[in-house]
Amino acid sequence: MIITKQKPFAEIMKGVRGAKSLFIFGCGDCATLCRTGGEAEIADMTQKLAAEGVAVVGGTVPHTTCHELDVQRIARQHKEEIGKSDAILVLACGAGIQAVGDSLDKPVISGCDSLFIGNSKRQMNFYEKCSACGDCVLNETAGLCPETRCPKGLLNGPCGGAVRGMCEVDQTNKCVWIEIYERLKSQGRLDDLMEITAPKERSKANMPHKIEPPARHGK
Amino acid sequence: MSKFQESLNRFSITAEIPPPKGADVSQFLRIAEKVANRVDGVNVTDNQRGMMRMSALVFSKFIKDAGCEPILQVTCRDRNRLALQSDMLGAMAFGIENVCVMTGDFPTMGDNPDARPVYDLDSVQLIKAANDLARGVAMNGKPVKSVRPFFTGGVINPFYEPFDLELLKTKKKIAAGAKFFQTQPFFDIPSVEKFLASVKGLDAAFLIGVTPLKGEKMITFLNEKVLTTPIPAEVAARITGAADQAREGLLAAAEFVNAMRKIARGVHLMPIGQEESLPLLLDMIEAGK
Repeated sequence: MIITKQKPFAEIMKGVRGAKSLFIFGCGDCATLCRTGGEAEIADMTQKLAAEGVAVVGGTVPHTTCHELDVQRIARQHKEEIGKSDAILVLACGAGIQAVGDSLDKPVISGCDSLFIGNSKRQMNFYEKCSACGDCVLNETAGLCPETRCPKGLLNGPCGGAVRGMCEVDQTNKCVWIEIYERLKSQGRLDDLMEITAPKERSKANMPHKIEPPARHGK
Repeated sequence: MSKFQESLNRFSITAEIPPPKGADVSQFLRIAEKVANRVDGVNVTDNQRGMMRMSALVFSKFIKDAGCEPILQVTCRDRNRLALQSDMLGAMAFGIENVCVMTGDFPTMGDNPDARPVYDLDSVQLIKAANDLARGVAMNGKPVKSVRPFFTGGVINPFYEPFDLELLKTKKKIAAGAKFFQTQPFFDIPSVEKFLASVKGLDAAFLIGVTPLKGEKMITFLNEKVLTTPIPAEVAARITGAADQAREGLLAAAEFVNAMRKIARGVHLMPIGQEESLPLLLDMIEAGK
């Protein structure tokens, strides 16, 4: 899922830019699990805004706010409230914020910062394990991603910097290359590491990505 | 064959001189001139520890003109494959024949922590790219004309745990074309013997790292910030117990270098801030030979 963090309230107020009435979009998926854009966060934000003299004229939590057609359908259901608002505040990831911005002819205010694609272990514990590089190396690295979990993205083994097995960049993280080594060793597959991995095809990560299946003809 | 490469047939001494943090090269160039005919190669560091300094390529040209044999250090941290290959062609044009490749400390360890970390290539890939370029093949597979040979090497951390993993990466570097390795500093002979036994049979020359200890402050700094294995207590005690700690540190380093003549292919002197003392250290090494 996409891990988000609510922006500091002062920064949100800067984005409000004098608007007196807002409509709020949350997200029922990632932002709800991150507790940044669920029903509870919309209620909380409504109170904070009221204290600053900004009225919230309505709010909604779509199932997934990055689903653009769904956002448009829900926006039609809330046409009247949205019409009364000066701007739309979105408590979701950057994809959700832009889905709303692209769907409505109103100024859109971002209430969250998108942090990373995260795995969740227990409530409110999130870990970055994939960075969607477009060129997966997990088959060569025992299923542990060095592109994401090594800050240097090294593909042929560790740098010399680990201290007692911990990463030189953040010593609360175990060096993923030591983890890869240990996993392959325990599986008797260390020979897998001897082959030189070629430089990544970075062009696969060029943005913005899109996938558009060819149009289907006939019925 | 580069002069440095030739020197490995006897006993090779290389030393590290960083480029200046500023546009005036005179101070470090004066040191380079003093050591020019006394060492077999001078490593020019590449924004070492992630600290911004003058371009290693440019300073390598200065020290070459001063009579030194440059060993250009190249890290993966700051440049993508386009810039790295450009610089290597520039090095060839300057007549720089030795390249020492390393990953490079992460920007957050240095003085520009908000810099974008590049690491387009890793050290194994960059060693291969350097060797391919030196035989006229660019990374995109296309031919490159009028290239010159490189003597390419890398670094190895003998104190890395698990060492088998470091050894595995070292073997990959050798397969990619690394012919020499410079190590982290050693402070006692048994550790060197153990290390050399572990790399025996590998087709590369290993230059043992030597750092003169200036005094108590430096010992604490190295133990806390640089080394993964602390300096042996008796070595530290010799320095801290001396009336002139800096001189004792240089004497100990000189003795250590001469002891290496019997067991290693060479040494790599890393003065870490004591570059001004390099000529004196070489005096002591030559006197005790």
